[in-house]
Amino acid sequence: MRLGIIVLALLVFGAPASAESRAGTAGARIVAVPEAAMQGGEAQAQGAQVVTPSAAELELEQRTREVASQLRCPVCQGVSIEDSPTDLARDMRNVIRDQLAAGRSPEEVKAYFISKYGEWVLLEPEPRGFNLAVYVLPILALAGGTGLVAASVRRWVRQGNEEPQP
Amino acid sequence: MKLRSVLIATAVALPLLALFLRGLGMDPRYIPPAIPGQPAPPFELERMAYDPEAEPSEPTSVRLDDYLGHVVVVNFWASWCIPCRQEHPALVAAAERYRDQGVVFFGILYQDQVRNARRWLAEMGGEAYPTLLDPGSRTAIDYGLTGVPETVIIDRDGIVSYKRNGVVTLDLLVREIEAALARSEEAA
Amino acid sequence: MISTLGFGTLAIAFALSIYGIIAVAVGLRRRRPEFVRSAEMVAYVNFGLLTLANLAMVYALVTHDFSVSYVAQVGSRSTPLFFTVISLWSALEGSILFWGWVLAAYTAAAVYLHRDRPGPLVPCANATLLVIGAFFYMLLIGPANPFGRVWPVPLDGPGPNPLLQNHLLMAVHPPLLYLGYVGMSVPFAFAVGALLSGELDDGWIRMTRRWTIAAWSFLSLAIVAGMWWAYEVLGWGGYWGWDPVENASFMPWLTATAFLHSVMVQERRDMLKVWNLGLIVSTFLLTILGTFLTRSGIVSSVHAFAQGTIGYYFLGFIAIGLIASLALLAGRGEALRSEGALDAVASRETVFLVNNLLLTAFTFTVLLGTLFPIVAEAVRGVKVSVGAPFFNRMTVPLCVALLFLIGVGPALPWRRATADQLRRGLVPPAAAAVLVAGLSVVFGVRAFYTVLAFAFGAFALVANVNEFVTGVRARRRAHGEGVLTALARLVRSNPRRYGGYTAHLGVIAMAIGIAASSTFKEERQATLRVGERLAVPGGFELRFDELWAAEEPRRFVVGADVTVFREGREAGQLAPRLNYYRGTDQPLTTPAVRSRPKQDLYVTLMAFDERDGSSATFLVLVEPLVIWIWIGGGIIGLGAVIALLPRRRRRDATLGPASARFATSGAGEVAG
Repeated sequence: MRLGIIVLALLVFGAPASAESRAGTAGARIVAVPEAAMQGGEAQAQGAQVVTPSAAELELEQRTREVASQLRCPVCQGVSIEDSPTDLARDMRNVIRDQLAAGRSPEEVKAYFISKYGEWVLLEPEPRGFNLAVYVLPILALAGGTGLVAASVRRWVRQGNEEPQP
Repeated sequence: MKLRSVLIATAVALPLLALFLRGLGMDPRYIPPAIPGQPAPPFELERMAYDPEAEPSEPTSVRLDDYLGHVVVVNFWASWCIPCRQEHPALVAAAERYRDQGVVFFGILYQDQVRNARRWLAEMGGEAYPTLLDPGSRTAIDYGLTGVPETVIIDRDGIVSYKRNGVVTLDLLVREIEAALARSEEAA
Repeated sequence: MISTLGFGTLAIAFALSIYGIIAVAVGLRRRRPEFVRSAEMVAYVNFGLLTLANLAMVYALVTHDFSVSYVAQVGSRSTPLFFTVISLWSALEGSILFWGWVLAAYTAAAVYLHRDRPGPLVPCANATLLVIGAFFYMLLIGPANPFGRVWPVPLDGPGPNPLLQNHLLMAVHPPLLYLGYVGMSVPFAFAVGALLSGELDDGWIRMTRRWTIAAWSFLSLAIVAGMWWAYEVLGWGGYWGWDPVENASFMPWLTATAFLHSVMVQERRDMLKVWNLGLIVSTFLLTILGTFLTRSGIVSSVHAFAQGTIGYYFLGFIAIGLIASLALLAGRGEALRSEGALDAVASRETVFLVNNLLLTAFTFTVLLGTLFPIVAEAVRGVKVSVGAPFFNRMTVPLCVALLFLIGVGPALPWRRATADQLRRGLVPPAAAAVLVAGLSVVFGVRAFYTVLAFAFGAFALVANVNEFVTGVRARRRAHGEGVLTALARLVRSNPRRYGGYTAHLGVIAMAIGIAASSTFKEERQATLRVGERLAVPGGFELRFDELWAAEEPRRFVVGADVTVFREGREAGQLAPRLNYYRGTDQPLTTPAVRSRPKQDLYVTLMAFDERDGSSATFLVLVEPLVIWIWIGGGIIGLGAVIALLPRRRRRDATLGPASARFATSGAGEVAG
């Protein structure tokens, strides 16, 4: 029966891992067929009616997505540029893609947006100065709490053992 | 309830309550502009032909660099933007008033179609200053656009002296244009 | 006329609440039971009044009575009847009116079900509920008045926010949320009653146990419904954005979960009294904080209702609630302290203590992140954003640790786990974990926390299923019952425990679904001409067939017909749409979703050629195991329902003497 449970767990958890991550790297991939390419008839040039991206396009899209996920859409409420359906977000993604394609690093692209929009455009505060508080305080709280719980448990077990057993 | 308990409780609760009180006075949706003080991002944009029938007599594209030495006012707008209607008369009046002092006005169209822009301008009394087209919103993003309308004032040295995320009034324009003119004169 | 009726009932309810509070205070102090009794009547009458006010508003909405200010705000002749009715809660004033009704209902029920219990506890709880009620009724006759008069009467209205008309789940999410939020007022009121009356044993906990489970389950379902709605409507295939208002509903859920577990330690070991009181007070205050965040305009959020002065009222209420609760706790400090004692470190009690720790740290992290933009701006004068990347980074480790605990808790017995019990309880789940971890890595999973999530998910799954298995096996050995009978009787013999294990299974399913769908999400975006196909991972191909448009009374719809091919064969049709509502220029997407147990195929229409519809841009997502998130939510609900069942009278002696406590506490629970 226990073996059955283990096999069941394997089937449940093994199946998706096998089907969906053949290529190895976990993480999402995107292809956005650039409009210019569409206009130029890249799909038609291929002859077939199936649109498939090239490896270079895939890689650029992956990098664009990573940067876009860290930047905040200025006209939405708390959504990243990657997730936002608005036209401005789409245009900003294009800017990111072009800058990455031109050889800039993700840091440089983010710095560009920060210079235009301010710190606000980063979805995660830069861990510098006062902002460190939001990263450090939760960790301190957890650490402090763990110490408290450990000390309390030890004290309570000691007290439990000292009490006369019923 | 003992008084001492109430006092302790109040002392503990006070920082959080003070924070909320402070927060109520702030507007989370307003994003202060980041580019004032920076050199104005250069652009070269196609000028929209207001009258499609007429011969294009003026240069069909506008480069910001050509206007170094002038105070430049750039207004981002769209025909679907209701507050843009409100502020347009103020911009037209300011353009009129400061034309002699060499202050140049440009409107940059944002996320809109030329035919809508033409119709809007016709409703508003014609084109008072050139309208530029920004496909892909590259220039808008370069200027840190968070919505329309937005107005940027660039001084004679090509530095952004003022940016307003939102509607401008005539008083505001006058004040900031005067400031930009004065600043450039001091330096000269 | 409706305006007068509505306003009048609310004004009377407010006045009666004030009277009721005073009546309880005087009645208890001067030993005049008739005053206390009259306060009970207030609870019942207020329920009637609020029902009347809500029915009046629904009537005004349905008959398009635009002389009523709320109807003028959200009503529209072109809105379908269903959405007109549910627009009761679509904007601020109406939502508070609905809140007031739920609160009045809970108050009346709480008072009624405990009417025969002697002592000051129940009257104090009633008074607390009346204080909360007074606040909301005051809002309704003051800054959030839905029954204002409009003159001249407009012919039509703008209708509710289009986002709220796009999907049926919008009918379900707010009522569930309010039932959960407001439901937490009841255990809170009894906690305050206990603090005021001095009856600080676990009586108040036992009396409100069912309420807490019910409110918790409503809140859980509300959160899952909200996630499902976001997934089906917003178009980017996500279901949780760590938006401030999402966080506001999540934080009380975290503390309520901690509370549900922690009270079991108090019942058994008479410990953690202050902690449990603190948890339920925090839960209640967090629900008010959530309402405050939505309605004050203090944080920018997709959920934010209009701004105005109402934020100050909520702040005042939070201030009073926070200070009063802290003062009560501080005042009773001596009576609440107890000498704790545990038998062993390896015991379920310890697991619950760690559980408390993790859930509290989780709540603190989310609270800090949500409020930090306000703090940073107040301190530095600069705006910063704290969004999804921050929350994911800081909370994923905690989630994974909690998943691990879900497996350890059921495996360890109370009091003391012998080495043998440890081995039998933990080794099979651990083996499953190691195996799944290994398989995950072999099949290419590289993200550290994803592997852990799968491994601990397997661990917890085996541990919880094992509880059912051993129980069924024991019954079959003792009574020779069939498997299903044994299972049913097992669950009925201790509904709280097995309902809890069932809820665990639901949480595990959700965790696995979330881990898989976020890590293995595949995305493709392309512009297709009519007839062209797009190849998508998972063996899918999508062919763009046709673009169509339709005019509806309140919106203009553009849709694309897409045929799905799986391994070359036709496998269905999808029709993603863009809805253009009157008055807004940005259309709302309705993505087309093909849900299967293994993965969801999710198609959004992003753009289309406006001249001739010959091409369209699609965003296609393949997200594995998403459906298990919703199924998991349903299983959590099922677990809560099971936990609320009354205990079956046991006719056999299978259960040992240790469970004698269960039987007695079970009998006392019938009244709720």
